[in-house]
Amino acid sequence: MTPSNPSHWRPPQLSWRWWPVFRRNLLVWRKLAIPSLIGNIAEPLIWLVAFGYGMGALVGRVRLEGTEVPYILFLASGSICMSAMNAASFEALYSAFSRMHVQKTWDGIMNAPVSLDDIVLAEMLWAAYKALFTATAILAVMLALGISYSPKLALAWGVLAAAGITFSCIALIFNALAQGYDFFTYYFTLFLTPTMFLSGVFFPREQLPELVRIASAFLPLTSVVELVRPMFMDRWPAQPLLHLAVLAAYTVAAFWVALALTRRRFAA
Amino acid sequence: MTEPLLDARALSKRFGATTVVDALSFRIDGGECLGVIGPNGAGKTTSIRMCLGLTPPDAGEIRALGLAMPRDALAIKAQLGVVSQFDTLDPDFSCAENLLVYGRYFGLPEPVIRERIPRLLEFAALSHKADARPGELSGGMRRRLSLARALVNDPRLLVLDEPTTGLDPQARHLMWERLQVLLQQGKSILLTTHFMDEAERLCHRLLVLDHGRGIAEGRPRDLIAQHLEPDVVEAYGNGALDLASSPLTALAGRTEVSGETVFFYTQDARPLLDLLAREHPRLRVLHRPSNLEDLFLKLTGRQIREGA
Repeated sequence: MTPSNPSHWRPPQLSWRWWPVFRRNLLVWRKLAIPSLIGNIAEPLIWLVAFGYGMGALVGRVRLEGTEVPYILFLASGSICMSAMNAASFEALYSAFSRMHVQKTWDGIMNAPVSLDDIVLAEMLWAAYKALFTATAILAVMLALGISYSPKLALAWGVLAAAGITFSCIALIFNALAQGYDFFTYYFTLFLTPTMFLSGVFFPREQLPELVRIASAFLPLTSVVELVRPMFMDRWPAQPLLHLAVLAAYTVAAFWVALALTRRRFAA
Repeated sequence: MTEPLLDARALSKRFGATTVVDALSFRIDGGECLGVIGPNGAGKTTSIRMCLGLTPPDAGEIRALGLAMPRDALAIKAQLGVVSQFDTLDPDFSCAENLLVYGRYFGLPEPVIRERIPRLLEFAALSHKADARPGELSGGMRRRLSLARALVNDPRLLVLDEPTTGLDPQARHLMWERLQVLLQQGKSILLTTHFMDEAERLCHRLLVLDHGRGIAEGRPRDLIAQHLEPDVVEAYGNGALDLASSPLTALAGRTEVSGETVFFYTQDARPLLDLLAREHPRLRVLHRPSNLEDLFLKLTGRQIREGA
């Protein structure tokens, strides 16, 4: 009998068994939560203070869909999206890679009745959780600073959770391909940094040259910002379904690719 | 006839153009310890990975515990205990937490795991280290913690890939003692090892692998009797190598040279020893029974393997 080797691209086979893996990461993190919390929110706050109050004084107000908003509000609503993206990416790259490759934690787990698919799902959800945790902490600080009191922030919080999931999935593709930590520098400098500047976090995308602006509309962070920013101003996003569909498409495609590449890595 | 615990039939695995495992068959019955020995690159670890469903065979069939691998991989693994070649312990957790977290992967109820932890730590002689992290443990302690972790689900079959490599003799003997206890409890073991004394001490049957093929199989003593003369006389020192081409070889069934030493394999060592003592008193001579190591080297050759 010759068994047919299943394709790495077969559909994900997911089960509840991701939960103990997620719980494992939670247990490790609980021991380090306070220092990591400070690290997670200090940097975005430095951005906010330096750019929001510093640059904000020069920029004054920004025109947005017919009205003018203070630059600090414009920046805060964009930078929280960026923070969610960065937190998810960092966790799904450096931390996941440590567990997968350096500590061989995944190998140990796979000797128990937990499939690789469920491990990848757990890591994805874990990185998204970290992103949501960071975003929540920043949101709390923004509320304390009185930047926005919009009730729609509750929905924005849900969008940030979705953003965490999307960027975790994308990052896990690069995790699956990495031979060492150095590889992630490319991801950060060639993808995340341009994304940060082209997605309307720091300035309206209308300022970009025509071609770049059109291309930037397809970046996942653009959709996140387009969804989150209006809600900071107590308005509804202009095209919510379109942007949610973009995020969903990125998420499904990226998870599928990440899983296929991870399966290939582990089958060798 | 009862179905074997593990039954691998005609397994083959290729990586690119290299055939790593070639039409390999073996089985493990209940309460049995099967040792798989072979040089580096013989296909031991790949065979184990196929049995664990971590890499699919290109050909062949694996049945374990009445189920088919890799189709029922998770159901099979629920009843397996695995100690891999390299420790995969969680460095951020204490010994007790390592066991707790690992037990959760099996979906065991929390009280069941918590009840087992003290017994597992005691079994691994780590009760006093319950709150220590793996980084604070010696190599032997880490291996025993890995073994304890593999027992958290009370498995029927243990799969141990070189469980004592890198351990000092004390730690190795303690590990052997624990494995013998497990065998007495009726557990079955699939073991790979480079240590022939380990294989001889623990294994009911041995499978010798080379170049991905099974080249011999049987009980350790039977294999030695089947393939080797019972006595070995080793001679080394100035001029020893000349003996290999001297009439002395007529007294041995087989003569081998390795480095500066000549090995005479013989049914009766007495005449050879007398002659050596009389005619070559300056040579250093060692007389001993033939052992698994001799068998291993006869079957797989003395040349150093890639990666060794």
